[in-house]
Order: sequence, then C-alpha cells, then structure tokens
Amino acid sequence: MSTEATAISAGIEPPAAVTAKPVIELEGVSVRFGQRDILQNLTCKLRGKSIGLLGPNGAGKTTLINTLLGFYKPVSGTARILGHDIQSDLKTIRSLVGYMPENDAFISKMSAVSFLRMLAELSGLPSEAALERAHEALFFVGLSEARYRKLGTYSLGMKQMAKLAQAIAHGPRLVILDEPTNGLDPVARQRMVRLIREIRSDPEMHVVVCSHLLRDVEDCCEEVLILKQGRIVHYSNLEEERRANRRFLELEVYGANGDFTEAIERLGCECAITANRLKMVLADGVEIRDIYRLAAEREVRIRRLNFRRDTLEDIFLRAMET
Amino acid sequence: MAVYKRTYRRYTGELTPAWSRFLVVYRYSRRALLRSRLLTVFYVLCFFYPLFCALEIYLLHNLDFVAKYGFDVERFLSIDNKFFFYFIDVQGALAFILTTFTGPGLISPDLANGALPLYFCRPFSRAEYIAGKMSALALLLSQITWVPGLILFSIQASVGPRHWLAENWWIAASIVLASWIWIAILCLLSMALSAWVKWRFVAGALLLGVFFFGAGFGHAINAVMRTDAGDLIDISSLIATVWTSLFRIPIEIGSMSAGEAWTALLVVCGICLFLLMRKVRAYEVIK
Repeated sequence: MSTEATAISAGIEPPAAVTAKPVIELEGVSVRFGQRDILQNLTCKLRGKSIGLLGPNGAGKTTLINTLLGFYKPVSGTARILGHDIQSDLKTIRSLVGYMPENDAFISKMSAVSFLRMLAELSGLPSEAALERAHEALFFVGLSEARYRKLGTYSLGMKQMAKLAQAIAHGPRLVILDEPTNGLDPVARQRMVRLIREIRSDPEMHVVVCSHLLRDVEDCCEEVLILKQGRIVHYSNLEEERRANRRFLELEVYGANGDFTEAIERLGCECAITANRLKMVLADGVEIRDIYRLAAEREVRIRRLNFRRDTLEDIFLRAMET
Repeated sequence: MAVYKRTYRRYTGELTPAWSRFLVVYRYSRRALLRSRLLTVFYVLCFFYPLFCALEIYLLHNLDFVAKYGFDVERFLSIDNKFFFYFIDVQGALAFILTTFTGPGLISPDLANGALPLYFCRPFSRAEYIAGKMSALALLLSQITWVPGLILFSIQASVGPRHWLAENWWIAASIVLASWIWIAILCLLSMALSAWVKWRFVAGALLLGVFFFGAGFGHAINAVMRTDAGDLIDISSLIATVWTSLFRIPIEIGSMSAGEAWTALLVVCGICLFLLMRKVRAYEVIK
C-alpha cells in the first residue's frame, strides 16, 4: 500500500513491507542550538500522502521542518525529501516544496495578488504564469474578493489563508503546513481542513501538517509522527491503527450478572463491567457471534455494541507517557 | 476554464533560469522605492545639477555667443578634474539624502512581518536576496552619480579640444570608482542598519547618526587622545580622502593616506556585509 511508513526510533519497529518511495526520510538527524539538543537522532521514513507531525510545544516539530527546508543545519545525520538530500540538493527540494510558516509572514504594504505573484516568480514561474497562479491560488483559498487589498489590512484568518495560498501558488509536490489552523474560528478551521484535504487529493501531492491540535491532524492525516523532547516517541498509521482496534468492544447490556462476565473471560477475553456497560478485548479466535451466543444462553439483552477505536488523543497520551 | 472554477493543480510549465531570480527582487524593490511621490520629485530634482553642469560645458564651448552678452565665462569656468570632483561631491550628497529616505525601507518591511522565510523556502539564496535589494538602490544612485558624470565627461570629450580626452581620460575612471565606493558604502550601511533595527525611520536616523555623530566622535577621540585614530570612524572624512586622491585634488583632508582610507572603507563594507548576513536569514537561531 502507498501509505506504508517506517519509524525507527526509541524502540519503534518498522512494518515489514516497504514499497513506495519515501516522501521524507530522516537518517539520524540531530540539531543542536548552542549546548541544547533540539532534535536527537531522528530516523524514519514517511510515505503517506498526508503526514501529521504532532507533539507538545517545544517538542521540535518546527525545528524539524526548518531543518528539512535547510534553514538549520543538522549537526549529524541527513534527510531526504522526495529522494533529494537536504545537504546537497537543497535548491531542488525548495523548488518542490511549498511552505506555510507558523508565524506572520507577509509584506504589509503589498496586495495579496502581487505578493503571491512575486513569491511565485521567485520559485521560477514566468511573470505571466505567476500572475495567473496567484489569482488561482487566491480564488482557491476563498480570498478572491480581497485579493487586491493590502495584506496588512487582513484579519488573522485571512492571513492564514493567504499563507496557504502562497504555499501552493507555484504548484509544489509537497506542502508543509506549520500550525495551519492557528487562530482560526471553527468555521474557518473547517474551511482550512477542507482545503488541505482537497490539496492532498491531487495524485502527486503530499502534505505535511505540523500541529499540536490533535483534531486537525486526525481530520487531515493518515500518518502521524509524534515527537517529544526532540525524539520520535511514536509513529502511527492512523488507518492501520483504526483497523487494529476493531477487537476492542464496548457493550451496553441488561440482565448481566457475574456468570456472563465469567463465561466471557473463560473464552480468553479481558473484561470489565461497570453498571450496564461492559468493556472487553476480544481474544484471538473469538468472534462477536460467540458473545451473542453467550448472551442468548444467559438471557442477557445486548442493547448496544460498539467497536471502540483509539482516538488520536489516546494514541498521543500514550506516546507522552513513554 | 474560468479561473474561479479551477481547483488545486500542479504547475508543469517552464521555469525561468535560476540566475535571473534576483531580478525579481530588484524589480519589486525598485517599484517600492519609487512608490513615494515625494521621493520621486526629489529624484527628479537630483538631475538639475547635472543639467546645470551640461549648460556650463555648453557655455564654455560657445564663448562667442556668451561674449555677446558681456560675460567672461572662461575666467570662472574650466572643465577639469575639479569640475568633476565638485560634481561628484554634490551628487554624492544628494545620493546620501536619497539613501537616508529609501535605503532602510528595502529590507525592514520583510523583517517587520517575518517575510524572509517565504523568500528562503524557495530556490533563492540570501546572497541573491541581498544582491536584488542592493541592485535596486545601487541603480537608482548610479543614475544620479556616475551615469550623468560620464555623460558630462563624454559631452566635454566630444566638444572639447582633441588633446583634452588624451590628457583627462583618467577622470572617467575616477568618476566611476568614486561613485561606486560611495554607492557601496551607502547601500550596505543602510541595509545593514535596517536589518538590525527593523524599523525604517530609526534606521534612517541611525544612518545620519553614523555619518554626523561618527565624524564628531572621531574628532573628539583625536582631540582627547591626541591621535589620528579617530579618523577611522569618520566615514565622510574617509570618503573625502579617497575622492581627493582619485581626482588628484591637492587638499589635505586628514592625516590618513589614500591607501589607509581605501582599506578603512573596504573594512566598513565588510562589516556591513557580515552584519547583513547575520540578520538576513529565514529564522534567527538563539543559542
């Protein structure tokens, strides 16, 4: 499958089959500012179409992005983006990447369209093509009516959209978005998430979303790398994780007594009951129909049965405990 | 397809050559420089003195016409090294004023709102950025210094006696060299100051301060310490020493030799470049 990924750090084992070319490949990347280690020996291969970089504040997410873009030099190790080395092939990488920074980044006295046109020209587009792409990108993000206004007059949400527009105006293959939903109201956030999904729907496009907001990453990404204190603490393919969690059941039952739970435990399942709610992990070889059979035999009524999947929050909190 | 109907799509067209990207910055910077009407008016005024000089050359070569009105122009005017020295002196002063108002505005808007990461996340280097910004100001200053200077020189060479060009060809080289060292100092200093203070008005004031307070401070050091080392921080004195030597004007500006003044000016340029490279980067690393 195309979204297979490998993460080897802090005891995380890579999946066996690795076929697609990695989008991002880290090989022992360490970054140090003065005496402080910001990133420590990061090694992983990410192949997803949409990759989430998660971690608490100060985990090193932005530093990792800045290192990938060549703004910081790693003290050891190297990284490759779309097969190009960040040490030797930086210009090619920068021509393939669109970057939306976390903080304000604009020239207040320029109109959005001329700002985008200038940046697209710097990416190598001829002047006329750059102007056309600038208009398109601003239409795409919903700033068509405001595209001749000076950027300094934009609201926070509009500035975020303008930043997204400049990241895609030159048609990159990889878009790196650093905290894209910062400061957005719920409606604008929805819009941003929808745009990110639309961008990644292009067959050749890849998106990296860096955020500490779990919901944003959960909504946009299929692959998640969790950083903590400059180390990779967890790699997760959300799709695979969702499938794997189909053995965790939550039941609402009436008429259950100790006999019912004992019968379930005799099948080898872990089980816990509180009031009418029963949580269990199905043992290997046990199917749901076995549970229905046991319930029918003991005249227990099952009112509701859910597969309880781990939310990204559960995954994140577990990673933070490691 | 109408532009508003399009969704996201990759760009697959041709790209411009990498070497030409700094011209994008040049173009947009020049447009930004000339956005102010007041500065455009001042810029136009800068051509008045060259026109006046051209008139002088015309008068000197049309003595019969002037003599009709009873003027003895030849007694007051002669087109020689002094003529071009004073021309560069006046135009240099105008270039300084122009730089004070326009130079700091080149980089500070990018720094004020953190636009630098957007430049440098593209296939575009810091050196290209500085070259683009600097060329916008340098070309503007060139148009009021060495370009009209060379035009005046050419006019004089073409209308003057034949031996004039053979005897004075070195003046053309002096015009170009004197202008370029001044332009380099003004561009680098204004850009370095604006990169460090990030506020164009403060950077403009600092630029004035470097020249005027630097001169005062230099004199104070000389007087108190009974030394000549204070001249090293007096940029206007350094440039005057270089110019007088280039135009072979027998005026003693300070105790410093022309070679020492050249070295000091090149060191100033080096320091400015170092400061610029320290500040013009996508993100500052705070160690």
